[in-house]
Amino acid sequence: MRKRLSMLCLLKISLSEIKKTMLKFDNVTKRYPETGDVLRNISFHLRHGEIAFLTGHSGAGKSTLLKLIAVMERCSRGIILLDGENLSGAKEYQIPFLRRKMGFIYQDYKLLQDRTVFDNVALPLVIAGFGHQEITRRVRAALDKVGLSGKEKKYPMALSGGEQQRVGIARAVVNKPPIIIADEPTGNLDPELAADIMRLFESFQQVGVTVLIASHDISLIAQMNHRVLKLDHGQLVSG
Amino acid sequence: MKRINRRHQTQEVKQPRYAKPARQDAQRTTTAGGNFVDKLKAYRDLHAHALFSSLGRLVASPFNSVMTIAVLSIAISLASGFYLVLANLQQLTENLETSAQISLFLKDEVSETHAKQLADSIRQNPGIQSVKLITKEQALAEFKTYSGFGSAITVLKTNPLPIVIQVLPKDTLEDTRGLEDLLQSFQQSVEVDSAQLDMKWVERLQSIMAVSQCAATLLNLMLGFAVLFIAGNTIRLELQSRHEEVVIAKLVGATRAFIQRPFLYTGFWIGFISGVVAWFIVTVMMLILRQPVENLSGLYGGNFHLLFFGFGETLELIAISSALGVLGSWAVLMYQLQHTKPA
Ligand SMILES: Nc1ncnc2c1ncn2[C@@H]1O[C@H](COP(=O)(O)OP(=O)(O)O)[C@@H](O)[C@H]1O
Ligand SMILES: [Mg+2]
Repeated sequence: MRKRLSMLCLLKISLSEIKKTMLKFDNVTKRYPETGDVLRNISFHLRHGEIAFLTGHSGAGKSTLLKLIAVMERCSRGIILLDGENLSGAKEYQIPFLRRKMGFIYQDYKLLQDRTVFDNVALPLVIAGFGHQEITRRVRAALDKVGLSGKEKKYPMALSGGEQQRVGIARAVVNKPPIIIADEPTGNLDPELAADIMRLFESFQQVGVTVLIASHDISLIAQMNHRVLKLDHGQLVSG
Repeated sequence: MKRINRRHQTQEVKQPRYAKPARQDAQRTTTAGGNFVDKLKAYRDLHAHALFSSLGRLVASPFNSVMTIAVLSIAISLASGFYLVLANLQQLTENLETSAQISLFLKDEVSETHAKQLADSIRQNPGIQSVKLITKEQALAEFKTYSGFGSAITVLKTNPLPIVIQVLPKDTLEDTRGLEDLLQSFQQSVEVDSAQLDMKWVERLQSIMAVSQCAATLLNLMLGFAVLFIAGNTIRLELQSRHEEVVIAKLVGATRAFIQRPFLYTGFWIGFISGVVAWFIVTVMMLILRQPVENLSGLYGGNFHLLFFGFGETLELIAISSALGVLGSWAVLMYQLQHTKPA
């Protein structure tokens, strides 16, 4: 009887644990036919509102791990949960709706060069079917947050690297996703701008957003004093 | 209103509610301002935007668009041109059908007075509606004016043309058996060299028409497929040149439907514009043909008028070409987007 009760308690705890977990990797392996196991038995989780770095040498598998979260690639084994929803087993028609819950930021910004800053940032909202007024309001707010208000009508080409990355960040947060994922967001920026961008991510974390940043910039990571997940040849060695 | 807005914004920045999952967030907006009607409006705007931006894109790369539309409108005008020519020929054979007339070519030695007597005697037959005698001179004169060989014929010493008696049977004789019997009796008379039922010629023409109609249907089917493939290929190239845009849209949560929409509208515009251009091409061709055809029609003493596209046919033409444009694009998108990474 007592044993039963304690089991129930355990179950309850683990349920609430799942509830608090934003992102969970459970024994995830990714194998490419050409290169073999790129990620091996990865297990970790991020709680709601947590900020963490994903680090490791070039080719360690950081980008691959993030691609699994974006469902750009499917894992070969294991389970990935995002806010309790199964990413690894998602059906194709579900993928767009799962992606709307994440804000992705890339090293090469991935902006549409023939669209204005406003249109670039508005894209996720247009896709999600928001009305015109709501879009305008939210895009303004997002650009304001990244310090780019007044540049709505400019084209990405006319902006500096740091500014373009801010446009990318504004686009990632405009839909108010509960998690932001960045792949080498400061890779193309000088240290000062990189520190600025990092502070921006911290400010998102402070309002409750979960943040995962892949970076091989060890000195920058050391400055920040946050949780670090370290990959080495496809295996998680710390975190 | 202003106050509400400000409250909204502070809440956004300061409160940890920001961390709420996206779906709940969208719901909150729904109750706050964006109701169902707003969503519907946004959806309509999306379509309107796709409709006009795809047209804008076509205009922005005029060389490619002009090439595609030129090829498509030539294919479509070939198909619709055939259709129209056949419709005209159909009308011609329908006119001919009403005159099941027998021509009696008399032997050379038969004199004109004898021929007149023969014509009169035929006229007595109760099954005959009218009889017309064409003398050698009349035949020659007619031939001179209409054939264009006028000067060549004056060179001839003797008139090579026979006397012809044209017999128009009464409608009661329209059935083939009666006509055949009549023809038999004419053929047996001594003055007649040969008797020809023009009906035979009409029948032959009609069966030729049936064959050409069948051939034209097949041809139009092929041209339809050509249009489908050309439109599809254009969309494939367009998709290739906008690959990055497609990938980015996918990464920020675009559904297949959202990505397809502008391309489908591009397909629609290509088909629509090509249909309109094809209509103009065929109409201009018919205008050019009108005078010669009317001359030809005069030659046969017919009251033949060239048929152009009617209102319904014009709509049909444009609807079919637009549909083919959309269909070709849709088929390519189905295939290509299935094979575009990421999913
Ligand atoms: N699409 C792919 N097909 C095959 N191998 C790949 C593919 N993408 C990445 N890899 C391999 O996976 C390993 C990890 O790559 P990546 O995740 O990009 O590393 P990182 O981002 O840490 O530098 C590399 O050895 C790379 O060659
Ligand atoms: Mg990488």
